[in-house]
Amino acid sequence: MSVLSHQTAEAAATARAAGSGPSAHERAWRGFAEGSWSTGIDVRDFIQRNYTLYTGDAGFLAGPTPRTTAVWERLQDMFVLERERGVHDVDAVTPSTITSHRPGYIDAERELIVGLQTDAPLRRAIMPNGGWRMVENSLAAYGYEPDPVVKEFFTTHRKTHNAAVFDAYTPQILAARRAHLITGLPDAYGRGRIIGDYRRVALYGVDALVAAKLADKAACEKGPFTEELIRHREELAEQVRALGELKEMAASYGYDVSGPATTAREAVQWLYFAYLGAVKEQNGAAMSLGRTSTFLDVYLERDIAEGTLTEEQAQELVDDLVIKLRIVRFLRTPEYDELFSGDPTWVTESIGGLSHDHRPLVTRTSFRYLQTLYNLGPAPEPNLTVLWSPDLPLGFRRFCAQVSIDTSAIQYESDEQLRPRYGDDTAIACCVSAMAVGKQMQFFGARVNLAKTLLYAINGGRDEISGAQVGPVLPPLGGDVLDYEDVRARLRIMMGWLAETYVDALNIIHFMHDRYAYERLEMALHDSDVLRTMACGIAGLSVAADSLSAIKHAAVHPVRDERGLVVDYLVEGEFPTYGNNDDDADELAAELVSAFMAELRKHPTYRGALHTQSVLTITSNVVYGKATGATPDGRRAGEPFAPGANPMNGRDKHGMVAAALSVAKLPYDQAQDGISLTTTVTPAGLGATREERITNLVGVLDGYAAVDGFHMNVNVLDRATLEDAMAHPENYPQLTIRVSGYAVNFVRLSPEQQRDVINRTFHGSL
Amino acid sequence: MSSLLTCGVVDLGTPRVGGPTGASAAASEPSHAPAHPVPGHPDRADLGMVHSWDVVTGADGPGTRFVTFLAGCPLRCAYCHNPDTWKRRNGTPTTVAELVSRMHSFKRFIAASGGGVTVSGGEPLLQPRFVEAYLRACKDDGMHTALDTSGYLGDRATDSLLDATDLVLLDVKSSDPDTYRDLTSVELAPTLAFGERLAARGLPVRVRFVLVPGVTDDPANVAGVAELAAAWGNVERVDVLGYHRLGVAKYADLGLPYRLEGVEPPTAEQLAAAVEQFTRRGLVAVAS
Repeated sequence: MSVLSHQTAEAAATARAAGSGPSAHERAWRGFAEGSWSTGIDVRDFIQRNYTLYTGDAGFLAGPTPRTTAVWERLQDMFVLERERGVHDVDAVTPSTITSHRPGYIDAERELIVGLQTDAPLRRAIMPNGGWRMVENSLAAYGYEPDPVVKEFFTTHRKTHNAAVFDAYTPQILAARRAHLITGLPDAYGRGRIIGDYRRVALYGVDALVAAKLADKAACEKGPFTEELIRHREELAEQVRALGELKEMAASYGYDVSGPATTAREAVQWLYFAYLGAVKEQNGAAMSLGRTSTFLDVYLERDIAEGTLTEEQAQELVDDLVIKLRIVRFLRTPEYDELFSGDPTWVTESIGGLSHDHRPLVTRTSFRYLQTLYNLGPAPEPNLTVLWSPDLPLGFRRFCAQVSIDTSAIQYESDEQLRPRYGDDTAIACCVSAMAVGKQMQFFGARVNLAKTLLYAINGGRDEISGAQVGPVLPPLGGDVLDYEDVRARLRIMMGWLAETYVDALNIIHFMHDRYAYERLEMALHDSDVLRTMACGIAGLSVAADSLSAIKHAAVHPVRDERGLVVDYLVEGEFPTYGNNDDDADELAAELVSAFMAELRKHPTYRGALHTQSVLTITSNVVYGKATGATPDGRRAGEPFAPGANPMNGRDKHGMVAAALSVAKLPYDQAQDGISLTTTVTPAGLGATREERITNLVGVLDGYAAVDGFHMNVNVLDRATLEDAMAHPENYPQLTIRVSGYAVNFVRLSPEQQRDVINRTFHGSL
Repeated sequence: MSSLLTCGVVDLGTPRVGGPTGASAAASEPSHAPAHPVPGHPDRADLGMVHSWDVVTGADGPGTRFVTFLAGCPLRCAYCHNPDTWKRRNGTPTTVAELVSRMHSFKRFIAASGGGVTVSGGEPLLQPRFVEAYLRACKDDGMHTALDTSGYLGDRATDSLLDATDLVLLDVKSSDPDTYRDLTSVELAPTLAFGERLAARGLPVRVRFVLVPGVTDDPANVAGVAELAAAWGNVERVDVLGYHRLGVAKYADLGLPYRLEGVEPPTAEQLAAAVEQFTRRGLVAVAS
C-alpha cells in the first residue's frame, strides 16, 4: 500500500525539482479531499470523501443530443440483422486477447468514448481458452469455418479449460451432468461473475497499479514455496502483464492510461478501457461492471463546477458509455442460448445504496445512468440494479419506480441485506451475487435441480426419464401413499450425495479455470488477497416445496411404469402451496434451502472458498422443467419450473405481495449468493394514475425491504402487450422484460420461453 | 372456492333489469330490509363470514392493503364481478382474532408501503358488529382502515364503527332512483342518507362509480352523481371504474343468467368524458 504514496510523493518531488509544475497525480486529483485512498488503493474511501449526495428529483436530466442519437442509430440496422442471423459478424481467425484486435469504432467522428472488443461493432471474437469445442460448435452454428492453424494450436499445443476439466471429472459427475441434475456448469466457457474494480484505472492510472502489484509480489518472496505460494506469485506476474497489455490497447486508440484520469471524459474512458480489456480477454458467463455511477459522478461534478462540462455533455458521456456496454458480445452456441436466453452478458451495474454512516450513495449520475433507458430506449444491458433502501431519497426512489413502470428494465436488491454483510462498496455480479468490489470474487457454480433430486429420492437414485441409476441406490418405496417422513429421509440422503458430487465438480472446474483461463486483468483490478466464495445454486425450489407439501398434507399415490419407475402421481385432497404467505408451505421451502446449504458446507472447497448458494434460475427454468418428470405437486412432466425463488405459476392466489412475503421467508443467510423473485404486474395493478402507480411501487419496494426481502425484478406489463409482441416481433425491437435476475429483449426469447413468460402469474387488480 | 360449484345450482332469484325487485324471494337474505338481522345468521362481534382475502395494491384504498371480502350482499348489481360473494353461506366462519392474525402477517410490509386494511365484500355492513370489532382492532394496531360499501345498509353502521374507519369507499352506482333500482334491485335512498351522514361527520370518502355504457353513462346520471359528491364536501377522490367483463365466467359457473350480455366496456373516450363531469365540479377524479 505504501508503494503508491512513496511513488507519487517521489514523482511529485521530482516534478517540482525539475520545475515542471504539479505531478500527474496532483493535476488529476485537484480539488479532491485526501484520505487513505491517496496513499494506497482504496476506491471506497475516495468515494466516501468526495461524492456529492443528490436528494432532488429527475428534473435536471438532459435528453439525448443529436450526436448521441446518431451514434445509436448507426447500430439499429445491425441489430436487426443480428436478431435474424443470431450473430452479426464473427472474426473466426483471431483468438481474442486484450491486444489482439486493431481499434474499432461505431462512428469515429462522433464517439466520445471509444473502444470495441474487435475491429468492428458487433463482430464477435473467439476466446478458445475456455474450450475449443464451444468455439467450434458456435462457429458451425452460424456458418463459419474454424481456422486450421488456430484449431491445431488449441487442440494440440495449448490445453483449454474445457479439456482439462474433462480430464479430471469422475463418472459420477458425468452421470449427474448428463441427467441434467447438475446443470449449466462453467466447464466449457468462462465462469464470469468476477468484477474487476475498473474504477482503479481511472483513479490511479495503470502504472501505480503495477507498482502496487509488484510490491505485493515482492512481499511474498519467502518460502516455504507451497503450491499456493507458487500459484500466487505466478498469478501476480500475469496480472502485471495484463496491466501492461491494457496500456498497449489504450495506446492503440491514442490514449495513455499509465497515469490517472484528469477529466470526467478521461475517467469514463479509462474505466471503460479497463472493462473492455476484461471482455476482450474473457468470455465469462456474466461480465459485470460493478458500482461506477457515484464514482464517476465525482469527476462529472468537478468538471461541471470548473465550467468545462454542461449537464448535456455529462449525459452524453454516460450515454456513450452505455452504448458501448450494450454492444458487448460473446460467441456462444445456440444450446447455451437456450439455457441463458437472449444472448445475455450481464453487464450489471449497481446504483444507489447507503453508506455505513447512513448517507445515501445517490448522486446525479445515479439518475443519469437510469436516464439512458429513456435516451437510448429500454434495453436489457447494462443490467441496471438498484440497491434499494427505504432510506434512499424519495426523489430517487420515485424516479426508479417511474423508470420501472416505463421500461421494466430495472432490478432491485435490498441494500438493507447487502450492506451489513458485504459493506457499502458492494456490487452485484450477474443477477443477485453480491461482492465487495475489488476485494471479493466468486467461483460461479450454476445450480442443481432440486425438484429432480426429490424424484431421485422417490425412485431410489434412478432417473425418472432415462431409468438410469445415477444417484445412490435406496430400498424400494413401500405402500400406496407416499409417507412424508420416509420421503424426507430419502431426500436427505439424496441431497447429501448430490452436494458432494456438486462440490467435487466445482472444485475441479475452478482449479482448471485458474490454470487455463485465469482472469488476468480482472484479478489485477482486485486486491492481491481476495475473499473467494463457492457459489452453488438450486433450481426448482417451489416445485420441490409444493411437492413436499402435497405429500405432507394430501394423499399422493405414486404411479409406476413398466420399468417400475414412479413416473406420475395422483394427488387426493388439498395442500397449501408456497407463495401465499402460508407458513405451513413456506417453511418447507425455507427448510429445503437450509438443508441443502448444510449439506454443501460439509465438503471442502478449492482455495478454501466460502460456501454460498443462490436460488436463481435465470431463464433456464424452462430447460430444467423440460428435463424433469412429473412431480408430486401435480406439475406435469416437462412443464417449466417457476423462475428463481418464485412460487409456481398460478399457485400464488393472493397477489404479488403475498407471494413476495413467502419468498422473503427464505433465509438469506443460507443463500448468500442471492434469492431471486420476478414479479409481473399490470399497470392497473399498481393504481389508476401514473403518480399513484409510482407511489405504490415505491411502497411495494419499501415494504419488501421491510420484511427482509432480498431481490425483486419488476415488470409492469400487460399480457396483451406480450402476446402482440410474440405475434409481431418486428414492432417491439426494444421490449425488455425482467426474468430472474436479469433483463432480456422479449423478441430474442424462443417461442417456448415467450409462452412461459406469458403464462407466468400476472398480478393485476380486478 | 370449490364450494361454489355445489351451490351454483341454487336458484338465487336474480332480478332482471327493469323487473321486479323481489330479489330475495327465493333466498334467505333480505334485499331491502336493512333493519332486520338475517334469520339464522346472527351478526356477531366475534365471528364473521369471510369469503376471501387478498393483498392488493392500487385499488380498494391508498397503497398496498390487506383486503377482506365478506360474504353476503343484499344487492344484485347487474355488473357485479363477484357474484360468488352474494351468499353469506359461501363464506368461511372466521373469528376477529383469526383475521387480525392474518392481517398481522402482512403488517410490516403494509406499514412500510403506506397502505392499510380494507373490508369489502359482498356488503360488509351485513355484518356490522364483526366489521366494527375488526376495524377497531386494526386501528388500535396503527393501521389505516377503509370500509368498501354500497351504503345501502348504512344505518347499520354505528358511530363507533365509523370511529374505527379512516376512509369509506362509497359505491354510488347511480344518482337516479329508477336506474339504481334496476341495476341493483334495491333503493338508492339509504345510500344517499349514509353519504350525508358521512359528510356530516367529515369522514373522508372515495366515491366509486362504475361506468356501464347504456346503463349508467347517461350524462345526466353521471352529473347527478357528481353533484351529490361535490355537495357532500368530504369526497377526496372519485374513482370512475370502467365496466369490465372479467366476472362473466363466474355467472356461468354459478348457473346464473348474466344480465349485461352484449354490453361492451367503455372506451377511453367515454371514461374521460365521465371523469370530466366530476372534475368540472371541482372533484379529483380518476378513471381505472
